Amino acid sequence: MAEIKNYTMNFGPQHPAAHGVLRLILEMDGEVITHADPHVGLLHRATEKLAETKPFNQSIGYMDRLDYVSMMCNEHAYVRAIEKLLHLEAPIRAQYIRTMFDEITRIRNHLMWIGTHGLDLGSMALFLYAFREREMCMDMYEAVSGARMHATYYRPGGVYRDLPEKMPKHKESQWTKGNDLKQANEWREGSLLDFIEAFIDDFPNKLNEYRTLLEENRIWKQRTVGVGVVSPEQAKAWGFTGPMLRGSGVAWDLRKKQTYAAYDKVDFDVPVGVNGDCYDRYLVRMEEMAQSGKIIKQCVAWLRNNPGPVMADNYKVVPPKRATMKEDMESLIMHFKLFTEGYSVPAGEVYSAVEAPKGEFGVYMISDDSNKPFRVKLRAPGFAHLSAMNDMVKGHMLSDVVAVIGTMDIVFGEIDR
Amino acid sequence: MSIYKRQLSKSLHTHFSDIDIHIKETVNGVICTVPVESWLEVAKTLRDDRDFDFDQCIDLCGVDYLSYGEPEWPTDEVTSTGFSRGIRGKGPGRFTWSERRKETITNRFAVVVQLLSLNKNQRLTLKCFAPDEGMLVVPSLVDIWAGVNWFEREAFDLYGIIFQGHPDLRRILTDYGFIGHPFRKDFPLIGNVEVKYDEDKKRVVYQPVSIEPRVLVPKTIRRDSRYVDNAANQENS
Repeated sequence: MAEIKNYTMNFGPQHPAAHGVLRLILEMDGEVITHADPHVGLLHRATEKLAETKPFNQSIGYMDRLDYVSMMCNEHAYVRAIEKLLHLEAPIRAQYIRTMFDEITRIRNHLMWIGTHGLDLGSMALFLYAFREREMCMDMYEAVSGARMHATYYRPGGVYRDLPEKMPKHKESQWTKGNDLKQANEWREGSLLDFIEAFIDDFPNKLNEYRTLLEENRIWKQRTVGVGVVSPEQAKAWGFTGPMLRGSGVAWDLRKKQTYAAYDKVDFDVPVGVNGDCYDRYLVRMEEMAQSGKIIKQCVAWLRNNPGPVMADNYKVVPPKRATMKEDMESLIMHFKLFTEGYSVPAGEVYSAVEAPKGEFGVYMISDDSNKPFRVKLRAPGFAHLSAMNDMVKGHMLSDVVAVIGTMDIVFGEIDR
Repeated sequence: MSIYKRQLSKSLHTHFSDIDIHIKETVNGVICTVPVESWLEVAKTLRDDRDFDFDQCIDLCGVDYLSYGEPEWPTDEVTSTGFSRGIRGKGPGRFTWSERRKETITNRFAVVVQLLSLNKNQRLTLKCFAPDEGMLVVPSLVDIWAGVNWFEREAFDLYGIIFQGHPDLRRILTDYGFIGHPFRKDFPLIGNVEVKYDEDKKRVVYQPVSIEPRVLVPKTIRRDSRYVDNAANQENS
């Protein structure tokens, strides 16, 4: 019999289960992985260097393009870093809006995750269900910022504008008409808040739909239970954050522990796993979606009853109102300076982190009194998770690699930056 | 929050009284600068000592301090030219590879680490300057926090900082066979080479960049009273 040797296999960079442009060099012993070497950087755009050459506000849009399935959370970390250096506080209404949209973003991200993770592991139907709901979240983004994905909605000092009074409706077309159109517009008769509330009230039913497809599904459990087990000690040592850390049983959530925005004013629970395998992380993320719904509901109730400003009253950082610019020369000057030169941020350094859907998304920023950041370092959760790839898949079968990639919830926009 | 910062900086002082460390306590956190010789020792104590208990290393990055605090459009004097035309010097993004600055400054490169303690719920920014004697060498933290492996690879790739003791110090983000360290301030924003498909050779080839360096807004520095006073007040409180 011929001697069987280990062989290397190339996985990606163009592979549907690689969730982007991941190139994996796998050293195989039969069907068992002995070593995995992920090659990243195929999507490297030097976001951090680009941000160094632009005034602070012009880089907010770049943050959307990092983790391009949880846009507003990235903006939140960046905007908070600037606010911390400026000692600027966003108004309370803006804080609630940010909290609400962070959670909408979390649902969006997890829907994308459950859809693609399911697709990778053989559940085609789930993908279609998850994207049906994700579409609604896109509509919320669109209503508030005009963009379905790259919103640039959070600004230093608050959010770009208040929530719209009217939710845009579907128009009659060849494909949507009659009863279909009526059904599509059913939740859109009132304001954006009405739409969000209707969506969130219905969302637990949707979650149950996903659960009936997966929770007790034999194939799903065979592919996830006991796969990619991470002990709490390993998770800490590897720098895991977010659901990857909580799936291993470590109750750590920045929203609770180092609270920001309005998270200290809302009531929610932090789900924690037990075994630290892919199935537990699935359970954690599913429960996180339910908890996000709970937070959004509280924010909607608060936002309905508490009108107010959504931007700080500071024309050095915040553009003045159009109307005042027509009459007030100072406002006009402020506006001109803000959009040509930008604002200068006091010298110093700051690390600001938010609990993004994937884990701790951090921005380390150094300012030198100038109108551009001197250094911006973006700490992407996925980067730390993927770096443990080799340790997580060693000894597993080839098909489990796909499960581990899925459970890490990696997006190359943020890993390669 | 401010109580933990005071306690943290106090215990830093007591633990490392024999080392030349510099501790800065701001509203935004505690920043501790240590000499590169004691980098490993301090990191190990910070992880293992009960007073610190920093079990997670969240982030590691390089910083290049070349051109720190240098404006392109001075605001402390009168100019006869307008804002967008009065640019002085070749600031970041405004030069090509041949026009880059070639001087060396002391304490140019720094390694910055963000530590997090889950048990004590505290953060610390740990910093050291890489000695620049032809080669930037900083001891690797991989044996202390396994998770910094890729972060150190990234800092090596982007800044050329060599982490001694790192098991696998390869480039990570840039292309296979990339030359230079792109995040250094003397590396042009437009890069050196671009790729295109060569019709004759039937493959992708490298060629020198064909675009011009171009940045629209000049860097200005304003130390206005409204910022400085505000910041100083906050810092003291």
